[in-house]
Amino acid sequence: MSDKIIEMKNVNKWFGDFQVLKDVNLDVNQKQKIVVCGPSGSGKSTLIRCINRLEEHQKGSIIVDGNELTEDTKNIEKIRAEVGMVFQQFNLFPHLSILDNCTLAPIWVKKMPKKQAEELAMNELKKVQIVDQAKKFPGQLSGGQQQRSAIARALCMEPKIMLFDEPTSALDPEMIKEVLDAMVSLAKGGMTMIVVTHEMGFAKEVADEVIFMDEGMIVEKQPTKQFFANPKNDRTKLFLSQIL
Amino acid sequence: MNSKIRKILPQIITLLAVVLIFGFFTFNAQINMDNRGIEFGYGFLSQESSFDVQFSLIEYDGSHSYARAYLVGLLNTLLVAFIGIIISTIIGIIVGIARLSPNYLIERSAAFYVEFFRNIPLLLQIFFWYFAALRALPLPQDADPIFGVFFLTIKGLFVPRFIWENLDIFFYSIIAATVSITVIRNYAKRLQQNEGKQLPVFSISAGLLIILPLLAFLIGGVSLNFEIPVLEQMSTTSFKYNGGLGIPPELIALTLALALYTATFIAECVRAGIQGISKGQKEAAASIGLTPNQILKLVIMPQALRIIIPPTTNQYLNLTKNSSLAAAIAYPDLVLVFAGTALMQTGRAIEIVSITMFTYLSISLAISALMNWYNKSIAIKEK
Amino acid sequence: MSKINFLKPDKQNLSTYLYTGSFLFFIAVFDVFLSSFFKINITSFLPNFVSFLLPLILGIIGLHLVRIEFSGIKNLDLLNKNINTSTFNAVLTLLIIFIIIKSIPPIMSWFILDANIAGDTKEACTGSGACWTYIKIWLRRFVYGMYPNDLQWRINISFILLIALAFVGYFPSEKLRKFLTLYYVVIYPIIAFVLIYYLISGGAFGLEWVETGAWGGLSLTFIVSFFCLIFCFPVGMFLALGRRSELPTLRYISVGFIEFWRGVPLITVLFMSSVMFPMFLPEDFFMDKLVRVIIAISLFEAAYVAEVIRGGLQALPRGQYDAAKSLGMGYWKMHIFVILPQALKLVIPGIANTFLALVKDTPLIFVVGLLEIVGMLNLAKTNPKWLGFAMEGYVFAAIIFWIICYAMSRYSYNLEIKYKTER
Repeated sequence: MSDKIIEMKNVNKWFGDFQVLKDVNLDVNQKQKIVVCGPSGSGKSTLIRCINRLEEHQKGSIIVDGNELTEDTKNIEKIRAEVGMVFQQFNLFPHLSILDNCTLAPIWVKKMPKKQAEELAMNELKKVQIVDQAKKFPGQLSGGQQQRSAIARALCMEPKIMLFDEPTSALDPEMIKEVLDAMVSLAKGGMTMIVVTHEMGFAKEVADEVIFMDEGMIVEKQPTKQFFANPKNDRTKLFLSQIL
Repeated sequence: MNSKIRKILPQIITLLAVVLIFGFFTFNAQINMDNRGIEFGYGFLSQESSFDVQFSLIEYDGSHSYARAYLVGLLNTLLVAFIGIIISTIIGIIVGIARLSPNYLIERSAAFYVEFFRNIPLLLQIFFWYFAALRALPLPQDADPIFGVFFLTIKGLFVPRFIWENLDIFFYSIIAATVSITVIRNYAKRLQQNEGKQLPVFSISAGLLIILPLLAFLIGGVSLNFEIPVLEQMSTTSFKYNGGLGIPPELIALTLALALYTATFIAECVRAGIQGISKGQKEAAASIGLTPNQILKLVIMPQALRIIIPPTTNQYLNLTKNSSLAAAIAYPDLVLVFAGTALMQTGRAIEIVSITMFTYLSISLAISALMNWYNKSIAIKEK
Repeated sequence: MSKINFLKPDKQNLSTYLYTGSFLFFIAVFDVFLSSFFKINITSFLPNFVSFLLPLILGIIGLHLVRIEFSGIKNLDLLNKNINTSTFNAVLTLLIIFIIIKSIPPIMSWFILDANIAGDTKEACTGSGACWTYIKIWLRRFVYGMYPNDLQWRINISFILLIALAFVGYFPSEKLRKFLTLYYVVIYPIIAFVLIYYLISGGAFGLEWVETGAWGGLSLTFIVSFFCLIFCFPVGMFLALGRRSELPTLRYISVGFIEFWRGVPLITVLFMSSVMFPMFLPEDFFMDKLVRVIIAISLFEAAYVAEVIRGGLQALPRGQYDAAKSLGMGYWKMHIFVILPQALKLVIPGIANTFLALVKDTPLIFVVGLLEIVGMLNLAKTNPKWLGFAMEGYVFAAIIFWIICYAMSRYSYNLEIKYKTER
C-alpha cells in the first residue's frame, strides 16, 4: 500500500566549501504530503531540487520511483517528467501563451497530438480556475494567476510527485490564498507533494508530516499535529515561535 | 491663451530658423554655382563617365554612363557588406558563446579577442591588413598553391571559377527540394497535431537538399567544372594568373577588417542575449522533462533571439556604413567611385554628395523600418 | 584497491590516475615548448603527421585521466571545473595552451629580441624583427604632425594646462561646488578654446602663427576629439529634449536631424564638409578646414549622443516628472534642476562609449587632408628613405589607440557597474 516513491539515503552536497546538505535521510510514500520548513539558507530548496536533479548530490543515494539518480542517468528527462515542480519565480515561458506553456511538454516529451494536449491543458487550467486566461501571455497576468498557470503546466505532464519551492513567497499577500487553494485541492485529489513553504496554515491543513531543516540537516520530522503541538527540538521551537 | 502662445511660439521660431538656414544655404549655393557656371541638375548621370573601375560585378567601362558607375559602386559596397555580415555573424556567434564558456581559458581568449579588436580604430585595422599583412604575401610567381587550386598572393586571392553546364536544371532541383521541404514541414505539422507523431524534419530537409541536386548531377546532365587559375608569364618580371576568379587584395583586407571588427560587437550582443535568459527558464524547462536540445530550441533560442536580433541588425547597418572606409585603400565602393572619382571629374559636389548620402540613408532607414516592424511583431506581450 | 579502469577514472585509484595523467599532460606541453622555443623535436623519429598530433593526443589522454569528479583535492577540482569539464573542453584548452606557447617566441623575437632601435637610418635595422628606429626617428611627426619642432612646447604646455584645469573640479570648497557644472559646461570650454587658439595656433602676443594644415599626429587626434566632445554634448542634449518634446514641430525637426546623421557614414559627412559645405557659404567667407571638420564630426556625434541621452530621459520614472510639476516647476526649471542631473548621471557610461567611438573615428579626417597619427603613418611609410616599415607604424599606432580606448571602455564599464549597484 504505502510503497516508497522517494528514498534519500545519506545525501550530502557541497557548494564549493560550503556544505548545504548533511546526511539527509528522507522517505516519501505515495500520496504523502510533506511540508518542509526552516530558516533561509537551511538547504530546503536544495533538498527538493536534488529530487529532480536540478542540483546534483555528491554523496549518498536518491531513488525516485525506482530509479536511482546518478551521473549516468541517461533518461533523466523521463524522471523529471514524472516529477512536477513549481518555482518561487513562476518561470513561465514569456514568449508562449498560457495554453502553449501547458502543451509544450505534452507535445514534445509525451509526443501527444496537439488537440489532445490542448484538451488536457484546458482541463488542468480549469482545475486552477484560469481557463479564461488561456490565450493570454504570462506578462499579462497577475502573480497569482501566473503561479496557478505554472501549477497547471506541471500537472499537464500528469506527474506522480509534485515539488513546490516556496510557491507563495514572491506573491503579494492578497494572491497567496488563490494559489494555496489550488494546492489544497490538488492535495485533496491525492497527489504526492513535497512543499517548501512558510505557510503554516497550509501545513496544518494538508500535510501528513512536517520537516524542519536547519544548516543542511533535517532537525525534526514529525506528523503534523505533533510537530505543532509538541516540537522536540529547541531550534524548531524557536523557529515556530518566530513564524507563528 | 497664454499657454497656447507658449506652445506655438517656440515652434514658429524653430521652424523659421530652419527655413532661414536652408534659405541662406540655397541662396549661396545658387550664387556660387552661377559664378562657376554650373547648372544644378542630375542630367550628368546619363553622360559618358570615361573612367575605368578596377573591380566590378557588372559589365562596365569608360563608355558607360555615370549612372552605371554609381551602380557599380553601390554593388561593390553591397558585396563587401554582404560578405562582411556573413563572416562577422559566424565569428560573432562563436565568440559570443565562447564568452559564456565554463572553460576559463576559452572565456579569456574570447574576451581577449573582443577587447583587442574593438579598441583599435577600424581604419587602422584596414590599413594594417592591406598595407602590412597582405603586402607580406608572396608574388604571383612565388605563391604556393593551397590545396593545389587556391593562390594567395600579393595581388589577391585566386580561386577556381565554376563552369556550369545545364545550370537551369540544377536550379530546378534546388527549387524542387525547397518545395518538397515546405510540403513535408506542413505534413509533419499536421501529423503532429493529429496523431502526435514527430518526423525528423531537419534530417529529411537536409537529406532532400543534398539528394535532389545530387540526382541532377548524376542523371540530369548538370556538370560542374573548375577553371583553375594558371600562372602566365607576361614578361621577364611580370606574372599574372589567367582564368579562375581573382579576388582583389583590397576586397580581402576590407572584408577581413570589417568582419573582425564588427564580430566583436555581435559577440557582445549574442552574449547579452543568452545571459538575458534567467536560469529559472532553463530549470523550469528541464523540470517538465524537456531534453537539453529541446530546451535550447523551444525555450532559450526563441527568447534569446528576441534580445539578440535588434542590436545585431544595428551592427549590420554599422558594418554597411563602415564599408565606406573602402575609399582609404582604393577599393571601388560607392564612396570611392562616385563621391570620389565621379565628383572629381564632374565637379558636381552638391548633386553627387547628396545622392551618396541619400543612398546610405535609404538603406539605413529601410532596415530600421523593417526592424521596428519586426520588433513589434515579436515583442513579448506584457500588460 | 579496486581495478584500474583507464576509460573511467574514479576516486579509488586517485593517485595512479593523477600521476599518469599529469605526466602525460606535462610531456605534451614540454614537447610543444621545446619545439617552439628551441626548435627541438623530441618526437622526430615518428612520422611527421604523428609527431605533429602527438602532443594533442597525449594531452587529451592526460586530461581525461585527471578528470575525476569531487576528488577532494581542491586545486584539482578547481582545474577540472574550469578548463577540463569534458573531452571537447580539454581539446580546446590544449589548443589554446599550445597556441600561446607557439606564439610567444615569434612575437618576442619580432618585438624585442631581433628588433633594432639604435641608429638614425634605415640601414641601422639589421635584425629580422621590428625596426623601432623608424618609430624613434619619426616620433615627433607622429605626435605633432608637421608642427615646427622648435614650437612644439606650445602644444605640450596647452595640453598640460588643459589637463590640470580639468582636475580643478576635484578640489573646490563647498561654496564653489555649485558652480562646477557651469565651470565644466561653459568656462572650461572657453578657456580651452582660447588656449588652443592663441597658444597652438598663435598669431598674437608675439607667437608665430602656425596654420592648421601643419597640425597633425596624435596631438591633432586629441584636439579634434576634445572639441567634438565639448560641442556634441550640448547639441545632443537639446536634440534629445527636442525629440521628447510635446511640440510637434520641434519633435519632427529633432527626429529628422538625428535620423539623418545616424543614417549616413561619417566619411560622407566629411566629404560633405570639404566639398559641398563651401558651396553653401558666401563666396568670400573662409572657414578653416579643421573648423569645418570639427563642426561636421560634432553634428554627427551629437545625433548619437542625443539617442544616448534620450535613453537616460526615458529611464527616469514618471514620478520624477510628476513630482517636479507638482512643485510648480516650469519646463526648463524642471529639466535643469530635476530631470537632467539624474538622466545625465545615468548616461555617463553611454556617453563614454560614444566618445570612444569618436576617438576611433578621428583617423577618418584624412579624407579632407588632415593627418592625425594614422594619416602621418601613411605619409611616413611612403617616404623613400623609410620604405617597408608599414607594420611597425601600424603596430605602434594600434598600441597607442588600444591603450586609450581600453582605458576608456574600462572606465565606462566600471561606472556602469557602480551605478547598477547604487540604484
